Amino acid sequence: MTDTQAGGDVRLSGISKNYGSFQAVHPLDLTVPQGSFFALLGASGCGKTTTLRMIAGLEDPTTGTVFLGDRDVTGLPPYKRPVNTVFQSYALFPHLTIYENVAFGLRRRGIKSVKKQVGEMLDLVELGDFAQRKPHQLSGGQQQRVAVARALINHPQVLLLDEPLGALDLKLRRQMQLELKRIQTEVGITFVHVTHDQEEAMTMADTVAVMNGGRVEQLGAPAELYENPHTTFVANFLGTSNLIEAEVVSTSAGKVVVSAADATLRLPADRCATAPTTGGKILVGVRPEKISLLHADEAAQITDGRNRLTGTITASSFIGVSTQFVIDSPVCPDLEVYVQNIERDVRLVPGARVVLHWNPEHTFGLDAAQDIDAGVETVGESAS
Amino acid sequence: MTATATAAPAAEPGVVHKRSLRRKLVPYWLLLPGILWLVVFFALPLVYQASTSVQTGSLEEGFKVTWHFQTYWDALTEYWPHFVRSVLYAGTATVLCLLLGYPLAYLIAFKAGRWRNLLLVLVIAPFFTSFLIRTLAWKTILSDSGPVVDVLDTVGFLDITNLLGMTDGSRVLATPLAVVTGLTYNFLPFMILPLYTSLERMDSRLHEAAGDLYAKPSTTFRKVTLPLSMPGVVSGTLLTFIPASGDYINAELLGSTDTKMVGNVIQSQFLRVLDYPTAAALSFILMAVVLIVVTIYIRRAGTEDLV
Repeated sequence: MTDTQAGGDVRLSGISKNYGSFQAVHPLDLTVPQGSFFALLGASGCGKTTTLRMIAGLEDPTTGTVFLGDRDVTGLPPYKRPVNTVFQSYALFPHLTIYENVAFGLRRRGIKSVKKQVGEMLDLVELGDFAQRKPHQLSGGQQQRVAVARALINHPQVLLLDEPLGALDLKLRRQMQLELKRIQTEVGITFVHVTHDQEEAMTMADTVAVMNGGRVEQLGAPAELYENPHTTFVANFLGTSNLIEAEVVSTSAGKVVVSAADATLRLPADRCATAPTTGGKILVGVRPEKISLLHADEAAQITDGRNRLTGTITASSFIGVSTQFVIDSPVCPDLEVYVQNIERDVRLVPGARVVLHWNPEHTFGLDAAQDIDAGVETVGESAS
Repeated sequence: MTATATAAPAAEPGVVHKRSLRRKLVPYWLLLPGILWLVVFFALPLVYQASTSVQTGSLEEGFKVTWHFQTYWDALTEYWPHFVRSVLYAGTATVLCLLLGYPLAYLIAFKAGRWRNLLLVLVIAPFFTSFLIRTLAWKTILSDSGPVVDVLDTVGFLDITNLLGMTDGSRVLATPLAVVTGLTYNFLPFMILPLYTSLERMDSRLHEAAGDLYAKPSTTFRKVTLPLSMPGVVSGTLLTFIPASGDYINAELLGSTDTKMVGNVIQSQFLRVLDYPTAAALSFILMAVVLIVVTIYIRRAGTEDLV
């Protein structure tokens, strides 16, 4: 507690957690650089909250060590760690006023004159007028801000956020995401944020760790994860991917040529998660918004060198900025294509024959020896 | 469509009015059985006792209402030590119940895990035996030179209670300590159950949040758990103190003539001396005393400020 202001990374070394015979978190090494906004993203039950609770000290790891800076804090109880948490349902003290809730941490550390700090903190989260209210008199969004203020006032080395926006409606959630990001930039404290909402993770975090089944599947900047997923889980969980099973025809000069049903596709070798071998299987992926859609009558317009597929529209849904099409193609029965509504082609209706084409640079390759649908259903759940 | 929907009620305002009136009366119909019960078994006996307390006469000549309020004053001057004893014994038993019951309720609510239901059944289990039998059993437990009393004597516990005037020498039976022990035992479940309810519904994340905000476990208890369980503490102490202050079985079976509580006096006035006015007056004074004590207590505990 003496060096709460002192810096340092959060370092997890070989940390794991078992509940009886169930392994919630497999041995995990993770470094969160000081001052970064780090997100642990995954479906419920993937071990992300358990990992967070081990950093907070609310859960004892079965194996491994937690370091804050150079200090091993594995054995320290929560009240001795320079770490604060924003809980999922806020866990505000119902019998205390907002003022006393925010002052709680300062008072426990024996700080007598808290008035100025509490006032400043309440102003930061724009709740200055609510100091004397009780938590139940506040709306969900206000309670959420109190929870953030109550944690931040202690200037923790790391702020842990456990699905802090889960209880808010969509509009408020978007607003709070920006607000939290602003606060993080302003105070410069390391934030570790747990969420199942991929959009939330991508909007807010500098680095995202995608977790699945107690393991980190992939770690990186949001754009990097989105453009270059290394597993089918990441490809499907972050946004939507069209994955096509294909056979490698040739690899040369950094270009991989593959064939699937009637089509021949190309992709850059450096965007393959595993090195492709001629004659081997590969999963070829492309994001729905990278694909352009043309009516079959205009197929001649497509320039050479682009990947192309043919198919029939089976469904289309108009959602304002774009139209989402599902296309039945010989290589895949449900390819998704998002088309910006710039000039709408009235011929593109279910039943129409179409040609899909995209830049080969936008194609990525994944190891074929994995479940092609991993992470698909979980997206549906979190979207609902 | 909306036009017909709004037009229909307008066409027959009388019917609608009747229906809404009936709907308004529903809560009162639901209240009726409870109100009847209270009138027959609480209000009427109360009025009857009130009139008895201002009557004079004897069993042979019959009692008449003479507005003889002197009975109250006489009862109070004669039996005030019994009132003091009642409040003192019931108060001590309530404090002991709280001290014994809180840790137990805490254990059942937070630490018992799968044993929780079994432990709750064990708390209620004594109710399956008659109140009288259980109290009589304590007579055996606390009997002179019995193992319990021997142990208490050997470890010096009785020296302390002797100093406090709760025991005399190396006896427990027929002393205030025996009465207080009996009261504590008999009313303990009434303390544990409300405490358990208020602790059990507490969000365990509040404890985690307090720990996360630098509160040691003892501070968490003082600043979070205890304040949030105050409704349970208040209802538990009331459920213990109020019946205990009117109890006479424990003083009758475990005490002596020096430990008689006001309940014993009322009982003997009603059933042995047959002085109904004095018994009724004593009952009303006891009621007033309990109301005053409870009012002061609730004001102090400040229940209206909780949650």
